[in-house]
Amino acid sequence: MSGIFEIIRGTPGDADYEKKPVIVQGMTGTFGARHTDLMREYGTNIVAGVTPNKGGTERDGIPLYDTVKDAVAATGAQIAVNFVPAKYFLNSAKEAIEAGIKLLVAIPEHVPVRDTLAVIDLAKKHGATVIGPNTPGVIIPGVIKLGIMPAVPFSPGNVVVLSKSGTLLYEISDNLTQAGFGQSIALGIGGDPINGTRLVDAFDMVRNIPDLAGIIVVGEIGGDAEETLAEKIIVTGFAKPVVAYIAGRAAPKEKRMGHAGAIVYGNYGSAESKVSMFTKANIPVARRPTEISALFAGKIKPTGS
Amino acid sequence: MRLLEYQAKDLFEEFGIRMLGRRVCDTLEEAKSAAGELEYPFVIKSQVPVGGRGKAGGIQKCANADELELHFSRIREMSIKGEKTRTILLEKMADIGSELYVSLMLNRGKRCYVVIASSEGGVEIESVKNQTIREVGLMGVNDELCADVAKEIGLKDSAAAEFGAILTSLSKLAMDKEVELAEINPLAILKDGSLVALDGKVVTDDNSNFRHPELAKYKEYSELEDRAAASGFSLVELDGNIAVVGNGAGLVMSTLDMLSDSGGKPACFLDVGGGATTESVYEAITLIAKIPRVRTILVNLYGGIVRTTTVATAFLKAYEDGLISFKVSARLKGAESEKAKEMLAGSKITLHDTVEDAITSAVKEAQRH
Repeated sequence: MSGIFEIIRGTPGDADYEKKPVIVQGMTGTFGARHTDLMREYGTNIVAGVTPNKGGTERDGIPLYDTVKDAVAATGAQIAVNFVPAKYFLNSAKEAIEAGIKLLVAIPEHVPVRDTLAVIDLAKKHGATVIGPNTPGVIIPGVIKLGIMPAVPFSPGNVVVLSKSGTLLYEISDNLTQAGFGQSIALGIGGDPINGTRLVDAFDMVRNIPDLAGIIVVGEIGGDAEETLAEKIIVTGFAKPVVAYIAGRAAPKEKRMGHAGAIVYGNYGSAESKVSMFTKANIPVARRPTEISALFAGKIKPTGS
Repeated sequence: MRLLEYQAKDLFEEFGIRMLGRRVCDTLEEAKSAAGELEYPFVIKSQVPVGGRGKAGGIQKCANADELELHFSRIREMSIKGEKTRTILLEKMADIGSELYVSLMLNRGKRCYVVIASSEGGVEIESVKNQTIREVGLMGVNDELCADVAKEIGLKDSAAAEFGAILTSLSKLAMDKEVELAEINPLAILKDGSLVALDGKVVTDDNSNFRHPELAKYKEYSELEDRAAASGFSLVELDGNIAVVGNGAGLVMSTLDMLSDSGGKPACFLDVGGGATTESVYEAITLIAKIPRVRTILVNLYGGIVRTTTVATAFLKAYEDGLISFKVSARLKGAESEKAKEMLAGSKITLHDTVEDAITSAVKEAQRH
């Protein structure tokens, strides 16, 4: 799992370093087509699309295949971005993993939990990484964009942003960019109860990046991913600055707040629980998204020392 | 979906889990006639989709017709934690020896189901220290695991066997119906040694609804929420007077938090999704216009891809069509925001550069009324 940069960017010296081939599942749908264009515009090397019964044709110069297997055989791609509607996601994700895809970025929202669990089981068996579902994707600013995030908020740098929410990922990265903190990677965990890459998994993927300036964690109510991350930081120690934000303090209990995963039962999933664990881990929690960059700046240049 | 107790119990029955005699009654007349069949004494229970009914007085014993008359109408009219009583469940009473806890729950961190069981049932599971927890795959429990759990919570012989059968049924229900939680609390051991489910809670995965037409009858009809869902929005009604609209669940939650910090009272949470078009924003305004207590709207849109002018167009059209007449405070970040500002000059919408400013303005506007 820690090899996410090797998969996404490759290693210097590779013929396709920072130009790794990417296939798109569901490229001919309106949503998939639009974001394929935007990813290409950003410089992502999209080499094939997969849409059943459209094999042999092409879209905007990109060849289409009936199956992921055919697309992988023709291109050698190990990365797939999936735009297949939730109802059909399970089969398309299985197909991708069985065809040798090593990184599956799962965009669709409303995937049933049972399907996500089945995909994660299969991914474990094949040594593949799944990001999402219900994620905006992952971006290495200036290098590659795998997902639906707008390009504007992001700029190259040394801060990592991990977020359950899409729009908050954009908003907060935008603030960081304005404050002079570019990002080495920004990754959407997704808003579902079950995530292919959990917050702790993402932390493990990025904690040893050379030149890492620090990590911004954008959490929200529901589940205990933030608590687990805070515990991990307490137990394993982490010298770089971490700043967190938690959305949903004012949300009523037992109501699903837009994301399938954003729901509080009793104290489980509550903002208080998350904030208190972060506090134990000595991680400051911003009250507002716009406070994050100032808190982060304060952590980087501690006053009076 | 969070099922009501009686709905959860319908599922329990379908999967062969034993319960006491029970009837669902909407009116006192129905309850009186059901009382004839059930026979006193029984309990009447408010059916609400929240916990804590007992403490709130939503469960009462009825030993005779006078007590039924006394309690029924009061509980029927009762709201618990803001949720109206949907209907009433009458249920026989029994001689209870002890109370257990058992559930199957989706564990988000471990990414699997877990069985949780305890010999200390009848209280909220969070406060139970003696929990037996076992991880379960998508195939559900097997006999060995059931026997193991029964033993660990101190059951023997026929009680252990009966517990195993109940856990097997509960697990089958959980997998078949795709639940996030299926809970029996308490699972009572009666004086005669038999096990019955006294209370039940089932929460299913909304995203799997398309595979479960048989559960559709349990879905509560809400014109607003259904229309919102049909447009790809999510809407949660709240009890304040400032409607909060934005794109993306996290952003709208964050706006709600900041509004509450500033003393504002949100009337709803409305997430119009990652993208926003003129049509979708107009539909959002249409929905908000149906909430009578709304005095103003707070809009917070972060449009990386969305053009802010499309949002401006929707609001101008809504005023023109007479859909709304109150003021709107908005923060629209994204492409063409200067042009959007020009379009909205002189209208009842004030555009603010920061969400903080938009909130201040919305709170002031709401207080004016």
